[in-house]
Amino acid sequence: MSLLKPGHRGCAGCGDALAGKFVLDALGEDVIVISPTGCLEVFTTPYPESAWGVPWIHSLFENAAAVASGVEAALKSLGKKDKTKIVAIGGDGATLDIGLQAISGAFERGHDFTYICVDNEAYMNTGIQRSSATPLYANTTTSPPGKMSSGNPLYKKNMPAIIAAHGSPYVATASIGYAPDLKKKVKKAAEIKGPTYVHVHAPCATGWKIDSSKTIEVGRLAVETALWPLYEMENGEITSVRKIKNRKPVEEYLKLQGRFKHLFTMKGENPHIKKIQEIADRNAKQFGLE
Amino acid sequence: MKLIIKTVAKPGSTNVNKTGAWRSFMPVFDHKLCSKCGICDVYCPEGIVSRLDNGYYEPDYEYCKGCGICANECPKKAIVMVLEGK
Amino acid sequence: MRKSMFVVEGSYAVAHAVKVCKPNVISAYPITPQTHIVEDLAQFHADGEMNCEYINVESEFSAISALIGASAAGARTYSSTTSQGLALMHEALFNASGMRLPIVMTVVNRALSAPINIWNDQQDSISQRDTGWIQLYAEDVQESADMTPQLYKLAEDEDVLLPAMACMDGFILSHVYEPVILLEKDITDEFLPSYDPEFVLDTKNPMSFGAFADPSTYTEFRYKQEKAMGVALEKIEQIANEFKDIYGRYYGGLIDGYVLDDAEIVIMAMGSVIGTIKDTIDELRTEGESVGLLKVRSFRPFPKDAIRKALKNAKVVITLDKNISVGKNEGALCTEVKACLYNTDNRVPVIGFMLGHGGRDIPMHMIKKIVNKAKLVEKGIFIESEFADLREDLA
Repeated sequence: MSLLKPGHRGCAGCGDALAGKFVLDALGEDVIVISPTGCLEVFTTPYPESAWGVPWIHSLFENAAAVASGVEAALKSLGKKDKTKIVAIGGDGATLDIGLQAISGAFERGHDFTYICVDNEAYMNTGIQRSSATPLYANTTTSPPGKMSSGNPLYKKNMPAIIAAHGSPYVATASIGYAPDLKKKVKKAAEIKGPTYVHVHAPCATGWKIDSSKTIEVGRLAVETALWPLYEMENGEITSVRKIKNRKPVEEYLKLQGRFKHLFTMKGENPHIKKIQEIADRNAKQFGLE
Repeated sequence: MKLIIKTVAKPGSTNVNKTGAWRSFMPVFDHKLCSKCGICDVYCPEGIVSRLDNGYYEPDYEYCKGCGICANECPKKAIVMVLEGK
Repeated sequence: MRKSMFVVEGSYAVAHAVKVCKPNVISAYPITPQTHIVEDLAQFHADGEMNCEYINVESEFSAISALIGASAAGARTYSSTTSQGLALMHEALFNASGMRLPIVMTVVNRALSAPINIWNDQQDSISQRDTGWIQLYAEDVQESADMTPQLYKLAEDEDVLLPAMACMDGFILSHVYEPVILLEKDITDEFLPSYDPEFVLDTKNPMSFGAFADPSTYTEFRYKQEKAMGVALEKIEQIANEFKDIYGRYYGGLIDGYVLDDAEIVIMAMGSVIGTIKDTIDELRTEGESVGLLKVRSFRPFPKDAIRKALKNAKVVITLDKNISVGKNEGALCTEVKACLYNTDNRVPVIGFMLGHGGRDIPMHMIKKIVNKAKLVEKGIFIESEFADLREDLA
């Protein structure tokens, strides 16, 4: 039985819930979880209920890494920090945007904790607004396509690189579409001393406008197209990548998602899909995925 | 209900909320086709697909929201989604 | 009882008081004029005199956030800040109080920007009055230091469980050297029990902190905070008396009076200006004026009943505020004192004076000028509220 209990209010086919479940599967009972504000926080803890089977705290949207710093310091000071792992699990908005400063501080100070970003590429809890993790041309409620717009005009922020630049001993990317790989990385991150980071790509059926049954399939396609490369970095060096056999064109990933629907209604040659394909090609080359 | 002042809630207590009521489509598991791989269990967002003593898997319909991930991911196509009430 | 008196800086006295309270986690970000407190604590820590974790955070927001995590994990926690730093903490202040985490923080009162100004007034902590934190205001360095263990005892009381601010005037108290009795380690141990909360982040009893409350429960969380403030009203007085019994020092609990009983004109104020007012009153009394002082020590909880009682015989009440609610043309003390008298039969005129903003000095002649102005009420000239120390050449 999962340590993330049923009865939570996640949407049917929720990628966040899967990420939360996988993290707890990987870490077991001896862990304290810190959640910033976000879907996972809200849908798991409607007072007086909680889906969490482990000690858990939510404070605010932008401070999970600072709260985690304090929990770690308290356990150390009280002589309780033997085997207990401290893990923050935040969404992309809480991680790449509003919580970035606190994360930078916590990684710079070197607290012994793991930060897991569950990245569904927009502010889903508030109704699918653009974040700095939203990919190029995605339709969100604050980056809608229109006469003058093709959707989100900006590239996704490279958060793993930012964390690696802090000197973190372990940074990894993962996907909910690859559960064993995700769990292995989370476990490894938690076991390595110091501040470690796992960036989990997690499709959101509601926000990406996909069928609730396709959460995992779409997650896998992001990896298979090289739009979401899976790799590990240890002390700033890439130490492993998940190779892709028969890399798929990005259309296969994009066409399943309503958030990219506008890209397929254009007449003639589509420069937008070409640009997204270029991102995938660049990833494949940079990480040696093939 | 006694209010615990520290906005503290008891672990795993969402289980009072039977989300099975949300369901429109219901996954039906066909043990004849099942290879007992457990993928349905792994990718269930509710964590409510369990392995039975005979090695087959079944969801807990009290909580199953009917998302259909298990059916979509089953490599043997041993799970079909059936409209509720039919 | 051995009294060890030293001439030390106000910040050192506070840092020393923090040290003997044995916090488990200190988290702070430097900001003038709070810096000396956290520097002294860093030195104690560096010298191995404190068995705690000292987190040099990257902002005040993370300072308070780290303490929220630490306190929830069962640690006794401390921070200090001021002005912009306190304003930056604003959101988390509500959170700490709502989660009933007994964090203690020294606020070294300073003005807010713009224009940027590093000197003393009390706009910073006054602006946080609705965050659910206990707020006590210290009159001098000794009180600022002694307030620390008193506030830990109060905040951590299981019927209170609210975070608390010890407010001391920036520079005037934080940077002044005064003879101070420094608390000794074992003395504090007998006054302040260890912090042992019912619920902590514990893998053996995995509770969830900071749940989401909908309209069916949210109101009751607010109500319980208010009830706890009510308990704090009683305990502040009780703890001040306990402290007096052990150490012989008393600064008032919720309020304190100075030649108050027979006073027709009562001056009300908070913080370091109290000393100036006392000296002024001494002079005015020799001149035959019937003036007394009502020191407000606790601003949150606001001691409504105690103030009503203390103002029973007053003919004129003067409130001094080092803050202003812009658009109301009043300081917070003025507004609250008036409000607390409204539903009583006491129709004593309350006259508000705002002064000392951004570090402007408050000399004794200013207090005398204010008293003379207030006396105009007897002649039917009523001033509702005004700046007392405006420079006419600039205004």
